[in-house]
Amino acid sequence: MLDRLNEDFRFYQQAIALRAQRQEVLSSNIANADTPQYKARDFDFQAAMRDALDARLRLPDTHLSLTSARHIPGQAVTPDPVALQYRLPYQPSVDGNTVDMDAERVRFADNTLHYQSSLQLLSGRIRSMMSAIQE
Amino acid sequence: MSLTSIFSIAGSALQAQSQRMNVSASNLANADSAVGPDGQPYRARQVVFQVDPPAGQPYGREIGGVRVAGVVLDPSPLKRIYDPAHPLADGQGYVTMPNVDTVAETVNMIAASRSYQANVEVLNTAKQLMMKTLTLGQS
Repeated sequence: MLDRLNEDFRFYQQAIALRAQRQEVLSSNIANADTPQYKARDFDFQAAMRDALDARLRLPDTHLSLTSARHIPGQAVTPDPVALQYRLPYQPSVDGNTVDMDAERVRFADNTLHYQSSLQLLSGRIRSMMSAIQE
Repeated sequence: MSLTSIFSIAGSALQAQSQRMNVSASNLANADSAVGPDGQPYRARQVVFQVDPPAGQPYGREIGGVRVAGVVLDPSPLKRIYDPAHPLADGQGYVTMPNVDTVAETVNMIAASRSYQANVEVLNTAKQLMMKTLTLGQS
């Protein structure tokens, strides 16, 4: 029963977690708007969300077992759903910085709005669950 | 890795930008200081920013705040102005004055204050989001 509840909230939880992470990346871009050689980062929310929800893609991390001190350790790790990429510079500065303040602030505001709407949706979901429990 | 780390990211930027403003203010104040504590004319100073990623992030995916890597002296030549009446004038009547570019420093000051404002806005937004998240499911 609790499982079901968990499954029900998982989508929103994942969306909010990814939005929070993107918010962090964008705030890092804004903080480093004047840092020489800093390259603006971002990730594709849609692709990250798809990867995060598709559980088949995630395999458990694998390690080679070592039976001798002279073995070389090796491990295979499934990459995180979030693939940070570099933004294509629209008007880069001479000092190698690719942060475009206007674009970053627009994306920051957009991400804030999406975060809040996800919260709102989750809130509504919780409310309907509560009323279902109380009936 | 959460909304709380936005506070440290934007906070570090506030600190760095205010240090930049401090240095700019010092340059502007000393634009005419023909002699400093070391007996030499004042030299303009500039801050150097650097990314400051917190430890423990996977390689190639580091994000983080900003810190002042150092304050460097401006290597451009000192200005020499002709003023024979000045007590520090040399044999030919020239006085060596600081290499502060007041126009550039004023622009620098405005740019720093704008960046500061942008980061304050980020901080406020993060605070609002956290408050909304804390009251999730109530009401």
